Amino acid sequence: MSTDLGNPTTNGHRHSFDLVPVAETPQSAKEFKSDQEVRWCPGCGDYAILAAVQGFLPELGLKRENVVFISGIGCSSRFPYYLNTYGMHSIHGRAPAIATGLATSRPDLAVFVVTGDGDALSIGGNHLIHALRRNINLTILLFNNRIYGLTKGQYSPTSEVGKITKSTPMGSLDHPFNPVSLALGAEASFVARTVDSDRKHLTAVLRAATEHRGTSLVEIYQNCNIFNDNAFEVLKAPETRDDYLVRLEHGQPIIFGKDATKGIKRNANGSLVLCAGDDPDVLVHDAHADDPSVAFALSRITGADLSTTPIGVFRDVVRPVYDDLMSAQLDQATAKLGPGDLGALLTSGDTWEIN
Amino acid sequence: MSSKQIQQLDRVIIRLAGDSGDGMQLTGDRFTSETAAFGNDVSTLPNFPAEIRAPVGTLPGVSSFQLHFADHDIMTPGDAPNVLVAMNPAALKANIADVPLGADIIANSDEFTMRACQRIGYAANPLEDGTLTDYRVSAVPLTSMTVEALRDFDLSKKEAERAKNMFALGLLSWMYNRPTESTLEFLEKKFAKTPVVAKANIAAFQAGYHFGETTEVFSVSYEVKPAPMRPGVYRNISGNLALAYGLIAASKTTGLPLFLGSYPITPASDVLHELSKHKSFGVRTFQAEDEIAGVAAALGASFGGALGVTTTSGPGVALKSEAIGLGVMLELPLLICDIQRGGPSTGLPTKTEQADLLQAMFGRNGEAPVAIVAARSPSDCFDAAIEAARIATKYRTPVFLLSDGYLANGSEPWLLPDVSTLPDHSVEFATAPNHETADGNGEFWPYVRDEQTLARAWAVPGTAGLEHRVGGLEKANGSGSISYDPANHDLMVRLRQAKIDGIARDIDDLEVDDPSGAAQVLVLGWGSTYGPIGAACRRVRARGMHVAQAHMRHLNPFPANTGEVLSRYTKVLIPEMNLGQLAMLVRAKYLIDAVSYDKVAGMPFKATELADVIAATIEGVNQA
Repeated sequence: MSTDLGNPTTNGHRHSFDLVPVAETPQSAKEFKSDQEVRWCPGCGDYAILAAVQGFLPELGLKRENVVFISGIGCSSRFPYYLNTYGMHSIHGRAPAIATGLATSRPDLAVFVVTGDGDALSIGGNHLIHALRRNINLTILLFNNRIYGLTKGQYSPTSEVGKITKSTPMGSLDHPFNPVSLALGAEASFVARTVDSDRKHLTAVLRAATEHRGTSLVEIYQNCNIFNDNAFEVLKAPETRDDYLVRLEHGQPIIFGKDATKGIKRNANGSLVLCAGDDPDVLVHDAHADDPSVAFALSRITGADLSTTPIGVFRDVVRPVYDDLMSAQLDQATAKLGPGDLGALLTSGDTWEIN
Repeated sequence: MSSKQIQQLDRVIIRLAGDSGDGMQLTGDRFTSETAAFGNDVSTLPNFPAEIRAPVGTLPGVSSFQLHFADHDIMTPGDAPNVLVAMNPAALKANIADVPLGADIIANSDEFTMRACQRIGYAANPLEDGTLTDYRVSAVPLTSMTVEALRDFDLSKKEAERAKNMFALGLLSWMYNRPTESTLEFLEKKFAKTPVVAKANIAAFQAGYHFGETTEVFSVSYEVKPAPMRPGVYRNISGNLALAYGLIAASKTTGLPLFLGSYPITPASDVLHELSKHKSFGVRTFQAEDEIAGVAAALGASFGGALGVTTTSGPGVALKSEAIGLGVMLELPLLICDIQRGGPSTGLPTKTEQADLLQAMFGRNGEAPVAIVAARSPSDCFDAAIEAARIATKYRTPVFLLSDGYLANGSEPWLLPDVSTLPDHSVEFATAPNHETADGNGEFWPYVRDEQTLARAWAVPGTAGLEHRVGGLEKANGSGSISYDPANHDLMVRLRQAKIDGIARDIDDLEVDDPSGAAQVLVLGWGSTYGPIGAACRRVRARGMHVAQAHMRHLNPFPANTGEVLSRYTKVLIPEMNLGQLAMLVRAKYLIDAVSYDKVAGMPFKATELADVIAATIEGVNQA
């Protein structure tokens, strides 16, 4: 898969981590492995994501000491322990808020957030949407397995309606979130989706996400083989995946299916519909479109059986980054007033002297 | 030239009361400034409703500002006003119970219409029906005289009426012989963008002043001579402003950039407002999406090597508890400024209380000790912030700084510190490995502790070779790896407690003020009760009785000599604006029969009230 990199620039910074020092010598995946024993269940999709991230970080080539992974609570949130970078395994749902404080006060750091569907969308939903809206310079990896794993198998905010779990013996009643739709609605400037088992695609999406300055949200469909096994099997099995997956590539027509027989086009009323792969009206994907409505429509096109599941970069647009704006205000104030003088501050306002 | 008589007074307590929209807080602030500039000692107490604009002319809409000034040093905004300025019938009705018989009442007679009086339950106009015969009432048509004075201005009647507070201020400024230059300058500056409004306010102010000089209503003006004060440069300061300045100073003393993560909440928001103005000091202020994000962002910034601070009030602390617990586990500096207000729940947002002590002390899951520091007066918030930051950074721990609504909005003259003499509390980050592996390589262990302070090594991201992970799961002491080992958990729980307890070796002893040395009763307090307790002790001593006073800056841990101090007295009396929270801690720790005196009325103690309680306690001891 090729991902269009485009040339987005924000406040003069071309890339997400322009202010982060670069490693002087080539790095290896091994350098990014910590000495901690990995403790996910055998067969968990998290292993593949960890390997992909460890494999990708040397390509990113940043000084290891300037990379920070922050997580919340849940299976995925153990992630930082297994990377030999700086890291914090924090509290449930709050990783985006903690990362906001770190990223805004330290522009020289590459800050990643690792979270899950429960952590990011249930208990931490508020922080996620506000990080996205502010466009903090963060790369958020949202592992979506549509189940609570660490608490042993309750339904999550992305579980399908009617799911039988320990806490919903008669089926869950909750209508699920679609994380991509949610992120787009929360003013996200970069939203992508990928799958744990497709390392090549996952790596390409990570590459695109880290090239974007601002908040990048990457939803990763991840298999929980203990509590929700094969939840995304149709997207992975060789016999079904080509008919179910829609690989979005910027500037390319949206065509899918085994023999590229299917396509997506826009109706006169703006809605998206399936069409033949060779239909002259097949939609050309524009991840850089300022108007998010097509990206949103693409996020809604998937059926309950995961048919027509787009993966790839839905949206990648340039928008001012909170961290840059905050730093600019500090610079502006200092340029105007000079560096702060505490003595002068204390004597501002009415003073009087007693002799 | 006024030929009126000038009468000398040693102190005066004035209460300005009006509608929320009448500008009473501004009027009070200006009078305070004039008074402070004149050289009196001064102490103020604003009191306003939580509603931004309650319906005009109603009791819930009354806002007031009390100020006490004197030719000697004073400790409180005063118990009962000598003068009440009532801008409408509601202001009179809401405040008359506090006004002693014989006191002065200046009422804006224009607003005392039958309808306005009946609206709030007066059957007739109280200025005319004889109900106020025991007071010295001056009925002054403030509104119509203001409108008249501004007749030549291009203003509507309504706009002109809004300057009536400045007319009242002018009158008071004449009555108490206040210098007026600072108010004139202030008005020019405040309304610089609308010169007509600036000129109108100045004209109203001067009209009020001249009215005082010429009218027959007032035959006497008063003078309160300057108070002897230590030499130096002073300004008037509120607790929230002092706190904001203290945090900026703490950034300087610790050498760490200040990061404030905060969510607006009464009565703490002014600290966020103030700090957001000072970006040239490298101060980053982040108005978060909620209280949790405010503290979480502060902790994230601390992880990166900033001085992470969050400002809030009691309800916000409740929401932040889990993140504060994380700070305890991560052993990172974090400053939580709790500007306490009446609780529980939403409680009394604009009223004061000190009922969050036990929340600060214990309001987290597990054994999660934190240090607690409390400010005792508005200007003391400055020093308290520096001390709280010192402890937080030196011991890598969350620290609570407790203030309250009374300190936050009240004000007093402040002898400005010489900033060149501020202490150096700079922090040393880890820069090199502190552990050797079996194969002889150096590595960084984040939970290796300083032997003396038990503080862990603090390496910030960006430091090569010291990459490490921290988190909320229990850590192995030393390496910081996840550990479920029972003995390690027991050790870590005790180490975290010992670290906080050990701060007692590093803080000032509890000082006792016992001038005669003959006291048997010790009055112990903390926080904003310092002024009222001090004033009460003076009154008791003036009655020829002996009493000792001690006031706690540090509430966790207590100063090392606390037990010894308490044991010297037959009786320990602890007045608090809660139901005995410090008393509970003191009784539990020192096994003494401390007596609580508590009140949660949303207002500070009155000195007279406390003096009576102290005197009764002394008499009780004498009789026993």
